[in-house]
Amino acid sequence: MSSATLLEPTHTQTAPTAPLISVEDLRVEFSTGRGVVKAVDGVNWSVQPGETMALVGESGCGKSVSALAVMRLLAKPAGRVAGGRIMFEGRDLLTLPESEMRELRGRDISMIFQEPMTSLNPTLTIGLQIMEPLKIHLGMSDEQATARAIELLGLVGIPDAERRLGQYPHQFSGGMRQRVMIAIGLACNPKLIIADEPTTALDVTIQAQILELMKDLSRRLGITLVIITHNLGIVARYADRVAVMYAGRVVEEGPADQVFGAPRHPYTIGLMRSVPRLDRPREYKLATIEGLPPNLLAPPSGCRFAARCPFRIEKCAIDPPYHYAGDGQRSACHRAEELAQGLAEQTAAVVAGTVGQATTEPLLVVRGLTKHFEVRGRGLMGTKGTVRAVENVSFSIEKGRTLGLVGESGCGKTTIGRTILRLEEATGGEVRFEGEDLVTASRARMKALRTKIQVIFQDPYSSLNPRMLVGDIIAEPLIFRRGIKKREARERVAELLVQSGLYADMADRYPHQLSGGQRQRVGIARALAMEPSFIVCDEPVSALDVSIQGQIINLLDELQERLGLTYLFIAHDLAVVRHISHRIVVMYLGRVMEMADRDELYAAPLHPYTQALLDAAPVPDPAMERARQPRALTGELPSPLAPPSGCVFHTRCPMASAECRQTVPEVREIRPGHFAACIKI
Amino acid sequence: MLRYLTKRILLMIPTLLGVAVLTFFMLRVVPGDIVELKLRGDGGTVTQEVIDRERTRLGLDKPLVIQFADWMKGLATFDFGTSMWTGRPVAEEISIRIGLTLQVAVMAAIISVLIALPLGTISALFRDTWIDYVVRVVTIAGLAVPSFWLGMLMIMGLLTYFHWSPPVTYTPFLTDPLANMSQLIWPALAVGYRYSAVVARMVRSSIIEVMKEDYIRTARAKGVFERLVVGRHAMRNALLPAITVVGLEFAFLIGGLVVTEQVFNLNGIGRLFVEAVSRNDFIIVQTLVLLIAVMFTVVNLLVDLLYGVLDPRIRFA
Amino acid sequence: MTAIDQNAGAPTVARRRQPNPVLAFIRFQPLGAAGLLVILIMAAAAIFADVIAPYDPEAIDFMAMLTAPSWEHPFGTDAFGRDIMTRIIYGARTALTIGFVSSFVGCSLGAIIGVSSAYFGGRVDLTIQRFIDILLSYPIIVLALVVVAVVGRQPIAGIDINLILAIAIPIIPRVARVVRSAALAIRAMPYVDAARAGGYSDAHIIFRHLLPNVLAPYLIMLTAYVAQAILLEASLSFLGLGVSEPKPAWGLMLSGDSSNFYQEAPWMIIFPGVAISLTVFAFNLFGDSLRDWLDPKFKT
Repeated sequence: MSSATLLEPTHTQTAPTAPLISVEDLRVEFSTGRGVVKAVDGVNWSVQPGETMALVGESGCGKSVSALAVMRLLAKPAGRVAGGRIMFEGRDLLTLPESEMRELRGRDISMIFQEPMTSLNPTLTIGLQIMEPLKIHLGMSDEQATARAIELLGLVGIPDAERRLGQYPHQFSGGMRQRVMIAIGLACNPKLIIADEPTTALDVTIQAQILELMKDLSRRLGITLVIITHNLGIVARYADRVAVMYAGRVVEEGPADQVFGAPRHPYTIGLMRSVPRLDRPREYKLATIEGLPPNLLAPPSGCRFAARCPFRIEKCAIDPPYHYAGDGQRSACHRAEELAQGLAEQTAAVVAGTVGQATTEPLLVVRGLTKHFEVRGRGLMGTKGTVRAVENVSFSIEKGRTLGLVGESGCGKTTIGRTILRLEEATGGEVRFEGEDLVTASRARMKALRTKIQVIFQDPYSSLNPRMLVGDIIAEPLIFRRGIKKREARERVAELLVQSGLYADMADRYPHQLSGGQRQRVGIARALAMEPSFIVCDEPVSALDVSIQGQIINLLDELQERLGLTYLFIAHDLAVVRHISHRIVVMYLGRVMEMADRDELYAAPLHPYTQALLDAAPVPDPAMERARQPRALTGELPSPLAPPSGCVFHTRCPMASAECRQTVPEVREIRPGHFAACIKI
Repeated sequence: MLRYLTKRILLMIPTLLGVAVLTFFMLRVVPGDIVELKLRGDGGTVTQEVIDRERTRLGLDKPLVIQFADWMKGLATFDFGTSMWTGRPVAEEISIRIGLTLQVAVMAAIISVLIALPLGTISALFRDTWIDYVVRVVTIAGLAVPSFWLGMLMIMGLLTYFHWSPPVTYTPFLTDPLANMSQLIWPALAVGYRYSAVVARMVRSSIIEVMKEDYIRTARAKGVFERLVVGRHAMRNALLPAITVVGLEFAFLIGGLVVTEQVFNLNGIGRLFVEAVSRNDFIIVQTLVLLIAVMFTVVNLLVDLLYGVLDPRIRFA
Repeated sequence: MTAIDQNAGAPTVARRRQPNPVLAFIRFQPLGAAGLLVILIMAAAAIFADVIAPYDPEAIDFMAMLTAPSWEHPFGTDAFGRDIMTRIIYGARTALTIGFVSSFVGCSLGAIIGVSSAYFGGRVDLTIQRFIDILLSYPIIVLALVVVAVVGRQPIAGIDINLILAIAIPIIPRVARVVRSAALAIRAMPYVDAARAGGYSDAHIIFRHLLPNVLAPYLIMLTAYVAQAILLEASLSFLGLGVSEPKPAWGLMLSGDSSNFYQEAPWMIIFPGVAISLTVFAFNLFGDSLRDWLDPKFKT
């Protein structure tokens, strides 16, 4: 144990200039009905002028709270700063009078929030909202402010700025609203911008546009940027420095290259391993972080990560001090140095293994599936229209395999799942399950088949009946569909709970007493109770935190192997899909763009849309990110109510020609087993 | 906009027709009618012949459908028929009273909203302080105290301390504004209490909701003065649900007046309505019900239009 | 801040202390508990009126006309010398019975109509909705008065069924509309989709998934409309179109002659009004707290 010698004071390593902002020993508490939650508990981080810093961590780790504390915008009266300092240009923000703090907000420090849909005032024009800080802080006249607002909209890439100033937020798409938020943030030329999950609510291709814009502007205008995110790929692509937070504390901080290259904290290591990656093949299991983060109402003493740490030793019962390494990297782990050198031995086993092979007999064949919705616009004056949610989609899934269905919002992936389940009636085409067409199956026949086809939904909060006990939720299929006696059902419920990674005594709880990941496991247990052969997984992990995501993906993998299940896995995250699928279908606006085996698709994508999607998704590796030149797709996702003519992708396609506007491309087999719908290939 | 308005007004017609049909036929399924009540009510003995003659005079011997058609035809030409009890034209019975009722209703509505807006706002902004508790108790009480009893308490107080009692005759506003106001302010306050309690509660809860919105945080992050955060960013959004309540509760206000007019000796349409119900004077009842339904629908149309003005999402939809 | 149950990871976390719901309600909703207490006292008075009340509610005593409150007659007497406290205690029986029964009838019919409308959808839904729109353009008391005009003012078979109908009918469309939208929202929930994907019968889905989740809004409205119904009964009785003499009812005690005694016998006016207000106030307090209590947002 030589780590003690590594303890050195911080200033010998820090960068030469003074930081623009430094958060020192910040403590934030929230009083709740159950007691005081120490959401931020002694946090330090600082940012040099011109730098881009990322605060990473899972939900509830305190990353957003510490940013809100900087702005002094914590929700009152529940939240309050309990201690520490926030130094900005030599002044402690926490002790400034409110009037001075207000002058600082929006002028020297701006903030961009996660939800562009709700962060703009729906009843005020965009123009007024952009001009507000200009008038308040810079005392501009109407004309000056208007001129500046037009300039700003141009800067963030919103065309036709003059006209759009008079419009309201609902007339802008999500991506455009986030651009407006950025324009507001930039208005007074601030020194620091804090962006709190700025792209989490956006589609992948739009996310890439916004991030590129932010990076470009901050470099060009010399603005210091703090990005708060849970997405390690974003960190790798955009951050100079990174601070990893866990349970209200910073566990590791340092230059991005170093933290990614030689992480010195087991949580950082765990996080990076549990993210499914685009640049890695499927033949490994995700290493997961077992368990859940501690309850901050009563945090454990000592290292807060110890309970979940595979490198745990006795010493971890003592709170670890920071261990510093070169270039201002620091880590709160007793075994930091061992970890960095790869010497640390795991004291707990990590799940590992390979996935079994499957037969090649198709279980489900979808042919020419089409689903149109008749919609009526809002209000009485609404015009009727047809949403072509799914248009002539064909694919098949072999027994024991997983087909991944990827695409951005509005691409029809969820509708396909629902149509297969007959939660929606298909407009045309067929869905053959074990040779039998589900689209035309009688009600009685469908009812019989429903034990074989099950579903897992995205939202673990609303997919369980809040008024039923977990045990009753899982017993329902056993008792009412499989005719198992109540007493036996109880035993079977216990088995299913354990099989899904829960504890048998959780049967007596209500869903709201469980965490998100646990609820998702209950959803899985409910599906398994039917003993199905096929499960539609509709974005089963997208509402979960990274470390929990990994647990659920591994569980699905294991179950497939053990029970020979077949999955249709619907997701928007390419990396997740890659990890779990054998074959992948990429969709755009209701149509299939490309279809291939997983490795083939990721190694040699043919369709320009697939290529763009792969480009847009950042990989959690700074070296790789720097090496590639991301080509962000331009333009917005068209409305499914009025899809473009010809190839639906032509409005955003870098290769599009006049012909693409005319002809609807057929899905052709370009290489053996590799299909694409593009006339240019 | 014009198209929307036309469409809305056209949509009101089936609803109002429904009200007319429902009221008309409901009132006529009952055995025993006004004629018997009127002529035999005091135990007087009248021959069947007299009753039949009276029936024929009132048109009650015709089939129901014809009676209904006659009523509708009359409505189209603003001929509402004659009261079955007093024999005076319904239009006259109503027109001499409606001004009074409307004046009290409008006064009550204006006073209530003027009180409710600041009260609800203050309560929301000082949430969970003693100010808020006081406002909340006062407003919950507003839902509990019957307006007619409140009116009685007012009269009792005025009688005891100022020796003022509600005048028996009504002074029109134009004749003597001061006398008119001093007569009508009390009933307006009595029925307005509940109204302003409901609106204040709504304003309070919607301001609390709105203050949690992301765009309020955005405004603060821009360094907007707190005064402007509330006045410009929160108010407008918070008013939207409050306005709906103002419209819906207007009907309640009319309902409250039906009872409260009795207390203050006001000869308004509320009193006419109660008298008509107790005398089975169905022509008056059905006309008044229709009139009230029209008022209710029109008020709600106005509310929707106002909503459109305040909410750009509706305006452009 | 999501305060999720984070200790749930441990295997043997206690069979959670299931706190006594009554105690928990008192602790977290003290105002609601106070309301409930008042309601319980009123209910006890109503049930045990024969035992508690010092006099016969209908006994006329010309020797004791318009007596001011005293030890003998704590709330004084009315123009017939009847003891006001006694009449208020018996009035609680009238108010609570009519209030509860009409709210129950109105809310239940409303809930059934609302759920059916949402469940069947299409033409049925459209028809029911139009009908509800029509009924909603009558202010509550106006519709109640129309119903009184139809069913008459005499109790049917000694029970105030006429009054109960007059009060319940205006409640129906209001409840139906709320329950319909609640049911529509629940029908779109993923757990209902999961049940449909499970192949259960319609009845199974309605009874096990839809109704239990509509129960919360139903209970909240049931409480709120008891308050409304009591007010409405008082108003109708005050107008002389509700409960009729000599039966004791709060609204009735304020009607007719009582306004001649503003100065002579203010107790005749004060006490019945206080009884009405207090009871309605209690139901409103309780209803408000119940709404917060049953709202899953407030639970962790």
